[in-house]
Amino acid sequence: MIMYPAQAQIQQTRRDFLATSASGLGGAALASLLVEDGLLAKEFANPLAPRKPHFEPTAKACINIFMAGAPSHLDLFDPKPELNKRDGQSLPTEILDKARFAFIKPDTAKLMGSQRTFKAHGQSGLEFSDFLPHLGSVADDLLMVRSMHSDEFNHHPGQLLMQCGVSRFGMPTAGSWINYGLGSESENLPGYVVLTAGRGSSGGATLWQSGFLPSSYAGVLFRSKGEPVLNLSNPKGLPPELQRAGLNTLNAVNQGRFEKIHDPEIASRIASYELASRMQTAAPELIDLSREKASTLKVYGVDRPDPGGGGRGKFGDTHQDFARNCLLARRMVERGVRYINIVYASWDHHSKLDGELKYNSSVVDQPIAALIRDLKERGLLDSTLVQWSSEFGRTPLGENRGGNKNATGRDHHPFCFSMVMAGGGLKGGQVYGKTDEIGWSIAENPVHPNDLQATLLHCFGLNHKKLTYRFQGRDFRLTDVAGRVMKDWLA
Amino acid sequence: MLSAPIKITLIILGLVVSSFLQAENIDFARDIQPIFAEHCTICHGPDEQKGGLNLTEKKSLHSKLKSGEPTLVPSKPEDSELLYRISTQDTGELMPPPEHGSRLKPAEVALIRQWISEGAKWSQHWAYRPLKQKPLPKVHGSAWVQNEIDRFVLAQLEARQLKPSPRADRHALIKRLSYDLIGLPPTPKEVSEFINDKSPEAYNRLVERLLASPHFGERWGRHWLDKARYADSDGYEKDRPRMNAWRYRDWVINSINADLPFDQFTIEQLAGDLLPNATPLQKLATAFNRQTLTNTEGGTDREQWRVAAVMDRVETLGSVWLGLTVGCARCHNHKYDQLTQKEYYQLFAYFNNGDESSASIPRSRQALVDFEDTRKIHEAKVNALQSKIIEHDAVLEKQWPALEKKLQAELAARPASAVAFHALEFLSAQAQQNPKVKIQLQEDASLLVSGDNPATAEYELEFKTSQREITGIRLEVLPDPSLGAKGPGRAEHGNFVLNDIRVYANTERKFTGKPIALAKAAASYEQKGWPAQNAIDGKTAGGRTGSGWAIANQFGKPNQLTVTFTKPFKADSDIFLHIVLDQKYGTQHTIGRLRLSARTGHAADDRIPVAIAKLLAKPADQRSATEKQSLIAFARGLDPDAMRLQSDLKKLTEGAPKPPVMSVRVIAQRTSSPRTTHVLHRGEFKQPRDKVSPGTFATLPTIKNRAQGDRLDLARWLVDGQTPIVPRVTANHIWSHLFGEGLVRTMNDFGARGDAPSHPALLNWLAVEFVQLNWSRKAMIRLITQSATYQQSSRHRPELSEIDPNNHLLHRQNRFRVQAETIRDLTLAASGQLSAKIGGPSVFPPLPPGVAELSYANNFKWKTSNGEDQFRRGMYTFFKRTSPHPNLITFDCPDSNVTCVKRNISNTPLAALATLNNTVFTDAAKAMSKRLLAERAEDTARIQLGFQLCTARQPTPSEIGAFADLLTKAKAYYADNKDAAAAFNGNPEASAWAVVTRIFLNLDEFITRE
Repeated sequence: MIMYPAQAQIQQTRRDFLATSASGLGGAALASLLVEDGLLAKEFANPLAPRKPHFEPTAKACINIFMAGAPSHLDLFDPKPELNKRDGQSLPTEILDKARFAFIKPDTAKLMGSQRTFKAHGQSGLEFSDFLPHLGSVADDLLMVRSMHSDEFNHHPGQLLMQCGVSRFGMPTAGSWINYGLGSESENLPGYVVLTAGRGSSGGATLWQSGFLPSSYAGVLFRSKGEPVLNLSNPKGLPPELQRAGLNTLNAVNQGRFEKIHDPEIASRIASYELASRMQTAAPELIDLSREKASTLKVYGVDRPDPGGGGRGKFGDTHQDFARNCLLARRMVERGVRYINIVYASWDHHSKLDGELKYNSSVVDQPIAALIRDLKERGLLDSTLVQWSSEFGRTPLGENRGGNKNATGRDHHPFCFSMVMAGGGLKGGQVYGKTDEIGWSIAENPVHPNDLQATLLHCFGLNHKKLTYRFQGRDFRLTDVAGRVMKDWLA
Repeated sequence: MLSAPIKITLIILGLVVSSFLQAENIDFARDIQPIFAEHCTICHGPDEQKGGLNLTEKKSLHSKLKSGEPTLVPSKPEDSELLYRISTQDTGELMPPPEHGSRLKPAEVALIRQWISEGAKWSQHWAYRPLKQKPLPKVHGSAWVQNEIDRFVLAQLEARQLKPSPRADRHALIKRLSYDLIGLPPTPKEVSEFINDKSPEAYNRLVERLLASPHFGERWGRHWLDKARYADSDGYEKDRPRMNAWRYRDWVINSINADLPFDQFTIEQLAGDLLPNATPLQKLATAFNRQTLTNTEGGTDREQWRVAAVMDRVETLGSVWLGLTVGCARCHNHKYDQLTQKEYYQLFAYFNNGDESSASIPRSRQALVDFEDTRKIHEAKVNALQSKIIEHDAVLEKQWPALEKKLQAELAARPASAVAFHALEFLSAQAQQNPKVKIQLQEDASLLVSGDNPATAEYELEFKTSQREITGIRLEVLPDPSLGAKGPGRAEHGNFVLNDIRVYANTERKFTGKPIALAKAAASYEQKGWPAQNAIDGKTAGGRTGSGWAIANQFGKPNQLTVTFTKPFKADSDIFLHIVLDQKYGTQHTIGRLRLSARTGHAADDRIPVAIAKLLAKPADQRSATEKQSLIAFARGLDPDAMRLQSDLKKLTEGAPKPPVMSVRVIAQRTSSPRTTHVLHRGEFKQPRDKVSPGTFATLPTIKNRAQGDRLDLARWLVDGQTPIVPRVTANHIWSHLFGEGLVRTMNDFGARGDAPSHPALLNWLAVEFVQLNWSRKAMIRLITQSATYQQSSRHRPELSEIDPNNHLLHRQNRFRVQAETIRDLTLAASGQLSAKIGGPSVFPPLPPGVAELSYANNFKWKTSNGEDQFRRGMYTFFKRTSPHPNLITFDCPDSNVTCVKRNISNTPLAALATLNNTVFTDAAKAMSKRLLAERAEDTARIQLGFQLCTARQPTPSEIGAFADLLTKAKAYYADNKDAAAAFNGNPEASAWAVVTRIFLNLDEFITRE
């Protein structure tokens, strides 16, 4: 092989990275010892060793609360009195002719006003619908963006665009990129954790995939109850002391092999078994909420009853699961987890919008507000970016599927939607962007998912144009070929 | 030898000396083009030509720039604008502009300077150069050389004064070959046979045995399935299962076992349907391109996803056969390689008329033979029964005159009278238990249903009529604009299912007792499988398996159902009717608008069908033979014995053996209205621009289409031996599966930005050889595994960690963790649990709870397989794209959404947890403990056997000691903790041993191909 200059540089970078990785192992005592003894080549790579950002970060962690299915911005965040006034009227033909719908029949479609009432909250006066009173109570910490737009019309591609920056398969998600860029601060837990409540989402496991990045950077799915991580518990009847004894034997034999074969991958294997062993202690401790104060459990709503009524968003104890996920997210941030993806599906309200939205809002409103307040009280909000996001919005038109006159839902709407964020170096108490009077298109300051992603990386001290990975000859980025850092959002 | 300036350059770079630079001169493609690709071609390449410069084109490179300056003045670096621009201190003139990237390193500038000094000669990129066999390199240490491959490797090692590694010991060799060729561990017996085989042919015999193993096709088939993005579900949101997808998987296994030459293997998969007299299996092969995802999410634009699938086919071809990132040319010309957007759509054109289709494919050859046998047996049974029927018909014929007399009398007694229908007077209507469903009388006497739209409903309707004798009821179902698809049903698409109609009649408005007996039901239209008669069969079960009347395909149109009473209902006063319409199907399959009428009068066929009555009217001697047959057939219906025979016959024919064929998703050429292909602006399916014809890339040899050009032309062109990149790419794939890395490490990128081959001459030689060996995969594997290079020890050589840290020089074999499926296979094999069954439907080994639920809307139920199917090889695990089995994904199994020509190998704690604690692995440990206890009588011997099962070698004394120590601890624990032993593996001894076997199964050496 010839080493072209660039390759030499890559090689050099790799060496720098490896040099830091050995020290970054910390708790992996055996691996460290091996390094000290000179038994472990410098080549030894821990892909999750902490690495320095490009510049001083404002965020150390991100909690991405992903509302899969596309909640209606018009009924939660973006009040449109004019839409209410024009309820039942047709959409202006110049808009209609250009529009594309999933289910709406354009010839008979009518604008549908919102049944919600909106109220201004806090000093900032951010408006939230009556379905989100708790979020309203932390309004002054929230950055509300009303001018998001998407390129994608269907759920799965739209969800990929939000998580990966591109709607294609095989791309890493934001959490993977950030862990690839910065490594993990936690010695006992993965750097990228996924929590779900309710039903499955369109995207399934592709929403936390590592794509072409090594699977060390993929999100690790935690369950909020029972065994927190797949295969975490020892087999029934196998006590911890025999687990330890077994691992000691395994390490000894593997180390003997290493001394003979000198393959650093063996040392890496020993280290990963040790991390697994530490996770066996750390993960149950993480999900054990018994040390949390009763008042904390109460404000998150961990024990609250399901209000009944139900909806498509209900699956099992959805209210409690979601509340627990929010509290777990805080506990993970405290323990150094870098990126937490909380997925909650079924916001795809083509019909029965009022009832369904009410149910879903009641699931998420209280715990998210509690999370933000809790992080703030613990001094963690400044370094933790919390975001409510989704793949797109919903139409101001009622959905008259099958020519049905009685529209009760809204269709997919990629042209504008809203999201809210807090902390991590963002300036709360502000609204960014504006939609037109009926909430159809963006009137001011459009924001593309890539802009959001560029800003997210910026908060982590990463230049989105420099965080690249070469695959198929191309230097790929989270932000594809676009993305602007939204300076107005930064504190 | 190296020329002095290059030596200096290399010293400046501080780089490893490569055989590439044994050449005297700078080679443009090898030395200069990569620098351009890295820094320049994004603005001066195929896509953009700023300043009029395209650095990937010879002509452009040697032309004048827009500014009028010559880019290059051969032999005069100082006069060349290019050199000035990359070396100037004037940041306004410097290239790349500082805001676009960092400046070239002095060493890079020096290389370019030297290249210009030497005449700035152009050369073609290595991957596109024609294949030509060149003389083998000369080497000194020829004693080591086993075949030609070794000469190439040794030459490069010797150039650096390096020696290859010694041959691996026999234990390592049989383990390596078994892992590589069949993906299973060698048994202790196989190991000892090989160790003790002193013949010089022992090794080659082993290779032959493994190549002939039916498991070879499984291991190498799986490599191909990665490329084919094979899965058992649709992908995207709905991700519906594809229950017959495995048929293609088996085609791959069988083809590879049969060593179907790679050229034919290619042609059948890309264009099997277009081959003259294509066989079902050749059609099946096209399922390669049906592994694309299918988006059935609501509201999708079908054309959008059709185009997306075609693009995937184009890009998969690019990756798998051409090793080029053609996908980069989907929206614009490629930024680095000579691939234009127009050419992308020329390639697209080949696939654009291959439609998604399905084909009937025999399950297997054996199944066809078996079918023929069972069919004959069945046919004999049918014949026997039919003779009985004929015999009985003779009896009926004899009895006919008596029966005819009776029928004639009946006809005379009750003459047909005019049938009429009369509007009913509406009294009330409600949907049972749901007052929010509104049923309102319309001006035309119909009832329109609105309000709540529950999943099921039972309408209770009351009417009055002044008729005195009614013989039936007519139900009209009517369209209405308020209904989905204009009705008549309330389901979104306009359908309904009437499970049952019940009629109560009385002279008062009181309804008790039994409903009126109904003789028959007839409808103006019946949906297939949902006939009118179902509405009076008394069965009211809901759902798809229920029984009812429905009218699919008649949406927005009126239809009617008439039920006839067994006996007329007579009264002296007005008749009150209570009619129940039972609609239990679900999903709002209820009637939206309807009208009911009373029927009066008799039709002739109320009891005796019109046709029969007509025949009876004919004098007996004038009836034809067929007419007589019709009468006998009618008579059968009145004779219990004949009825029984008929019902037996019906049962028998229904139970006829079905031909062993299955419907498989394939590609079939569009026959009518072929699509024309256009360049899609920015890759958008709604923005077609210039029309293009099928064609390939100008940088590769020209394709000769037979006519307009179809997939068969394309497939043949790929493997005609003249398209040099295909054998290069394929030889590299084969090599990578035997070394863990390709000679070109960027397996999917042979372009300007990809890695250059570590051994370019060897890759070239292998490619030529591959074609000469008639594209035989097995011959190539034989060739490579017989090389000394392959047989080297994989022990790392720390003294070379600076010189060749990543083993590009092949100074040893590579060590690498085996693939996801193989980890499972090795474990099950070592424990003795593995099923050796090859092929067949995908299986559902136990899945941890909560995984399938992650799939969209929990629409997927994982029905765990039983018996042998729990222990099948990993490649048979049902692959659900949105929630793949964690035991696969944790070990880097690709997600099957896009083609994968190189798997990642990660080393994560989740993987450690899986092999330590997942039930598949712990169950294997338990099974293995029992195996050791059964097969050896003494503890040390058991440790030796267990260790050998996992490593193919004997443990060292210290290894035995380590396991003996663990065993002692475990025995001590379980002796005191009988309950734990019972919970873990039954009894203390078996539990203690399972603690030990679990560690055998986690050994790095076990899951590493060494």
